[in-house]
Amino acid sequence: MHAAIEATHAVVTLDVGLPSIVWGWIITMNMWAKSIGTGVIFLLFYLLKKYPNEAGYLRFPVVVVSIVFIHIFLLFTVIDLHQMFRFWHIFTHPHLTSAIAVGAWIVTVLVALLFLMAFTVFIKKNTEAFDKMLIWAVVLSIPVTLYTAAIMAEATARELWQMPTEAVQMLLAATLTGSATLILMGGKLPYEAKRDLGIILGLSAAVAFIVYMSEMVFGPMKGEEVIVTLQAVKGAGAYTTMFWIGQATAYILPMVLVLLSISSRSESLLKLAAILAIAGLWIVKHVWLVIPQLLNLS
Amino acid sequence: MQLGFLVDLHLCMGCKGCEIACKVENEVPLSTWRLRVKYVDVGMYPETKRTFTPLRCNHCANAPCERICPVSALHYIENGIVNIDKERCIGCAGCIMACPYGAIYIDPETQTADKCTYCAHRIASSMMPACVVACPVEANIFGDLDDPTSNISKYIQDHRDTRVRKPEKGTDPHHYYVGGGDVNLNPLVSERVEGFSLFNELKHLPVGGHH
Repeated sequence: MHAAIEATHAVVTLDVGLPSIVWGWIITMNMWAKSIGTGVIFLLFYLLKKYPNEAGYLRFPVVVVSIVFIHIFLLFTVIDLHQMFRFWHIFTHPHLTSAIAVGAWIVTVLVALLFLMAFTVFIKKNTEAFDKMLIWAVVLSIPVTLYTAAIMAEATARELWQMPTEAVQMLLAATLTGSATLILMGGKLPYEAKRDLGIILGLSAAVAFIVYMSEMVFGPMKGEEVIVTLQAVKGAGAYTTMFWIGQATAYILPMVLVLLSISSRSESLLKLAAILAIAGLWIVKHVWLVIPQLLNLS
Repeated sequence: MQLGFLVDLHLCMGCKGCEIACKVENEVPLSTWRLRVKYVDVGMYPETKRTFTPLRCNHCANAPCERICPVSALHYIENGIVNIDKERCIGCAGCIMACPYGAIYIDPETQTADKCTYCAHRIASSMMPACVVACPVEANIFGDLDDPTSNISKYIQDHRDTRVRKPEKGTDPHHYYVGGGDVNLNPLVSERVEGFSLFNELKHLPVGGHH
């Protein structure tokens, strides 16, 4: 608790009930699904550049996976609205200082492009046109995966969410889950390609873990609200156990498993790392989403 | 014109008349509040003091809620009030996440965001906000901050201990307090324990009134 409380012994004795968690598991689903939907696009681009022949068969299935997860993300975005049947107001009355509105527009363009890519490769069998469109899909996937970080940055009330950090975490979440998903999908890929995906997975996990630990240690040195917020994941905090389960599942165990799989050339360990990373990211995202909302603002 | 509010905390006696007047005037549903008066007890018996702090929307010049609203449901009107168009609101709750003062809630009846509007509908009819009228000690002072002869401008000029909540957020609030300290204005310096306290049960409520 804040040091001033001990000095003043100030206690709230009469007030109203305050709103509890505003953005809960539905928004966690939103961020998690979006990471997969955009991450597979990033990693498909990498694979097609480095292993154009061996990874060619992944064009259509990866686009389908991306479409599915982007739609899961959109579904959970819409159902979280308290007036979900008014979601079209974003298109008829857009407010362009809002990351929510800008993101919705960009993701709409991305979805249209993804469907066009699926049509091009599956119906037209035109891989050359597909690869050109893939470049634009990568370009659009960057703001799509980042715009939740922009929303968090616009949430002035929540000091834990800082834009540079959250932007990095969103990109790492995309590369983590994108590489993990392609490890699970890429059974026919050569070992070298799977090893590359494993290295990307391991590095994404390592950097994301470092960023979280840096925030844990150094964040409280800069902001009073960050001190109070992070108490929820320290000591006997309400989310301490969940936080560490998430960190272990999403980052620590996948890092170790990737190292072991590379040293032993074990694809099973790599797949286990991939599954843990995908599942663990949901927990990590959920904890980081919820804990700033526990802060009393007034 | 830039309308603003000032509360003289030396005068406020925590009667909650403003809270009730606001509820009645704006038909604020159960379990939600546009304006509330928070009691904080300070010190150890017998050296104790009770503070009363009316809390409402600050109508910031740089309002995070207005910036994050994807459909401009939250918008400025010409007198500086941050108003809300409930017909346009999609209920994304971005404004609730953005407001550093916890001043916005989801109306459980309309399932849209809502907050204090400084009684914009009364001001449009040249009336004072309901809370100002109800205050028995004239602790609520309302007026045009751009007019140096207005009561609120004179009050600010005459009182050196005028403060706003969370100035570090850069929101430039148009809501001032005279006689307030950290205990009144910074929620982090008081302990808030869930459960029965003085007269009521302090707790967190489901958002949007789903209970």
